Amino acid sequence: MGTEKPKADLLPGTLDMMVLKILTRGHLHGYAIAQLIQQLSDDLLRVEEGSLYPALQRLELNGWIEGEWGLSANNRRARFYALTPDGRKHLNAEATRYRQVTGAVARIMGFV
Amino acid sequence: MRLGTSWKRFRLRLRYLARHSERQRLLWEEMDFHIESMVQDLVAQGTPEPDARAAARRKFGNMTQKSEEARLTWIARWMNDLAQDLRHAFRGMRRAAGFTTFVILIAGLGIGASSTIFSVVNALLLRPLPFHDPDGLVWIANQEWSTQVGVFLYLREHNKSFSDMAGYAGYGVGDSALTGTGDPERLTSVPVTQNFFPLLGVQPLIGRSFTAEECRGNSSTPPAALLSYGFWQRQFAADPAVVGRKLMLNGKPVMTIGVLPASFDFTSVFDPGTPVDAFIPWPLTDETNSHGNTMKSIGRLRPGATAQSAQAEFTLLAKQIWRDHSEWNGIQPKLNPLKRHVSGRASPALMVLACAVGVVMLIVCANLSNLQLARLGARQKEMAMRTALGAGRLRLLRQMLTESVALSCCGAALGLLLAVAGTRAIAHLTAFNIPLLASVRLDADALGFTLLAAVLTGVLFGLLPALQVPSFAVGETLKDGSRGSSGGQGRAWVRNALVVSEVAFACTLLVGAGLLMRSFVRVLDVNLGFQPERAAVLRVDPSFPFKSRQQQNSYFDEMLRRTRALAGIRAAGLTDVLPLGGDRAWQVSGKGQIYPKDRHPESFVRVVSDGYFESIGIRLKAGRVFTQRDRASSEPVAIVNETLARTLWPGQDALGQVLTQDGGRRVVGVVADVRHEALEKAGDSEMYLPMRQTFDYPAVQLVVRTALAPDRLAAAVRAALRPIDPNLPVSEFKTLQDLVDRAVSPRRFLVLLLAGFAGFALLLASLGIYAVISYAVSQRVQEIGIRMALGASATDLQSRILLRTLGLAALGLALGMAASRALTGTLESLLFGVTPGDPVTFLGIGALLIVVAALAGYFPARRASRIDPMVALRAS
Repeated sequence: MGTEKPKADLLPGTLDMMVLKILTRGHLHGYAIAQLIQQLSDDLLRVEEGSLYPALQRLELNGWIEGEWGLSANNRRARFYALTPDGRKHLNAEATRYRQVTGAVARIMGFV
Repeated sequence: MRLGTSWKRFRLRLRYLARHSERQRLLWEEMDFHIESMVQDLVAQGTPEPDARAAARRKFGNMTQKSEEARLTWIARWMNDLAQDLRHAFRGMRRAAGFTTFVILIAGLGIGASSTIFSVVNALLLRPLPFHDPDGLVWIANQEWSTQVGVFLYLREHNKSFSDMAGYAGYGVGDSALTGTGDPERLTSVPVTQNFFPLLGVQPLIGRSFTAEECRGNSSTPPAALLSYGFWQRQFAADPAVVGRKLMLNGKPVMTIGVLPASFDFTSVFDPGTPVDAFIPWPLTDETNSHGNTMKSIGRLRPGATAQSAQAEFTLLAKQIWRDHSEWNGIQPKLNPLKRHVSGRASPALMVLACAVGVVMLIVCANLSNLQLARLGARQKEMAMRTALGAGRLRLLRQMLTESVALSCCGAALGLLLAVAGTRAIAHLTAFNIPLLASVRLDADALGFTLLAAVLTGVLFGLLPALQVPSFAVGETLKDGSRGSSGGQGRAWVRNALVVSEVAFACTLLVGAGLLMRSFVRVLDVNLGFQPERAAVLRVDPSFPFKSRQQQNSYFDEMLRRTRALAGIRAAGLTDVLPLGGDRAWQVSGKGQIYPKDRHPESFVRVVSDGYFESIGIRLKAGRVFTQRDRASSEPVAIVNETLARTLWPGQDALGQVLTQDGGRRVVGVVADVRHEALEKAGDSEMYLPMRQTFDYPAVQLVVRTALAPDRLAAAVRAALRPIDPNLPVSEFKTLQDLVDRAVSPRRFLVLLLAGFAGFALLLASLGIYAVISYAVSQRVQEIGIRMALGASATDLQSRILLRTLGLAALGLALGMAASRALTGTLESLLFGVTPGDPVTFLGIGALLIVVAALAGYFPARRASRIDPMVALRAS
């Protein structure tokens, strides 16, 4: 209870990590984050909106990102998120861990 | 770092929870923006707007569900459930207002009593003393008494356990006369060593502590004084300008050098019940050394040293003193951590009170459990319905527990009010001879304790009924129509067990309280050796020094003559020390007797005038009492008490013997022993010297035996004495009964509280019995109706129900008596004149409980016998 896994069949924590990574680019709102993930993965990864917002809540609750209300490009009120120093640290730790895990998986699968 | 992060996280979470509904709205707005952006993108790609909107919504899924999911990340589900349970609980409370009031009242009384007692225990036993690093402070006693200045200095110089030693000298209530600021007044001033305040880590609120220079003179003419906070407030209206001014103490100018902070309460730590007004320097000189055993000492341990190691060292040092300084009194050192010295005597009584209040809480819980069970019977359908609608066993259990905890928390709110009142009342018992009582207050610890007590009480009294809930068979109950089921044998058993335990607990409490109450009565019945009734005392130290014995003698003659001439005075006499007062003792021996130094008899010294024995009511056993003719010019005489006579001249007549005191004093009388230390302790050796034959008395107290109320007498006596000493300081008559009351006050405190608890326990137990029997009767209305229809007589029914009641009570009583017998042994140190197995107490309490149980069962029984069979049968 309380923690949720991304619906996409990814390694646990991957969505959070990706959101954090995306936010290293600057202040972005939820829609932009979803769009960016989709674009950067060449449409391979589509973020379920139903997963994105709980993930954003979770990250904010942990103090890794900070949300702030602002105006979007088309002048609508939107919530923009920014990475906190804690979040940056967490991102680095997660990235290292992820690299290790995927490396291990790759070795098992004989990809390398 | 880690801690900081988790704290930040906690705060974030808290903020999320606190602003829940606003966040909800914002989350919707945020998602709305997302959908809107999606629609715009789709429209830009060429989809017609309505289709785009529908697609976006579809893609986004059910918005409510999403928001629910998002919400679940920060509100754990149990919070929701809790809120729901609480809503149920409060709705239920409103519905059953009578039940709720009763539960809150009982839980409130119990929790209030617990919190109050906890506050007392906290102040006396748990909280550190209000000094700097109090754990390093050690009380250094000479057995139980005082130490000579020379011995103190020797110990201070030669020991390695303490970084420093300080002390204060013995003092009497009203030792100093303050003149020159309004009416002359008597002050109680404590002589302290120069380092006394620095050693305790006490900084004066205003001004400074004593200098070495100020601690060098003669002890009878202090050059400087520090005021206690209370005295400064009372006498000088907290005027800071008083520091630096000179006060006239005992006719000599004394510089006020400072005021001590309110937090330094000498009285409540060192001498409970005796308010102190000022502190004066106590010089450590040959002059003070010659006063004999005067000092109470405190040491501050060096790092690494303990009270035990210091004790070992001091035992060795004491041997050296015996060997090298035979001119001194010597010391039998007894070292204790200061905290233990201060509150040690009160701790057995406090433990008893703490246990008693614990037992009261258990009875409260048993009682409430029983009520909750009875109420559950009425709520069977509700519970069955909930189960049928899918509430799990755990969910129901939790709901029940939430209800009971909510109830007990409401009770705790009431209890807190009671505890505030209770602690206030206790903190103001200034006449009580119990240490640290003034510092009793409801602090954060007590609040925490109250919360804990509330939750524990709720869980304890809710658990048993909660566990019973799933035993209701759903189908059965729902089908059960209107027929009031008797709830099954299982639950009747639980309820009976609860009542039996209540009676047993109440029984132990009553026996304990009974034993202590009987002890108290015994203490009050003790032959004091004097008669406090109708005797009153006024301090009348002359305001000027006597130049000669002749002047002194005629002053006393005149004082006594004028006092005795007043209407309503039956006898009047003077003394320096009252019974239960001072502990000045000298070594004594009969002429020609030689004792080894460490086994030399000692005797308390009382300097008295003619008329003293008559006015205080001490009986003469042989010879004569002092008369006006025992004066400076006549033969030196003395009177001894029976113990001293037996000690010095065993098997012989003490009359006519000569004491070596003052070059030889002839014993002219033998008087009865007086309880001079405590009412519980038999008298020790006492020696009386005629006041007109000595200058060596620390105070002059006028004791009168009168038919009038002492406060009406005071003005008349003062008026009568004014001509011989116009500056005689004003003070009030105290009755000797006050003195006795103060001496028994700790015992009275214990007995009053314990009797209160026991009474409450008895009330609860009887209510418990009443509730259970009433419930049983109401559940069996039909059965009773049938029995009556079949010809059972009303008396028959009544006696059946009464027997059942008495059966329960007897079982509880048997258990309680057995437990009491096993436990009362621990009370032994607090008992006086009764044995822990005192048959009178046990039988009396047994009879009391049976009578109360019979009464509690009688009312439901009478109701049962008045049931109309027709009505009862038709009701179904």
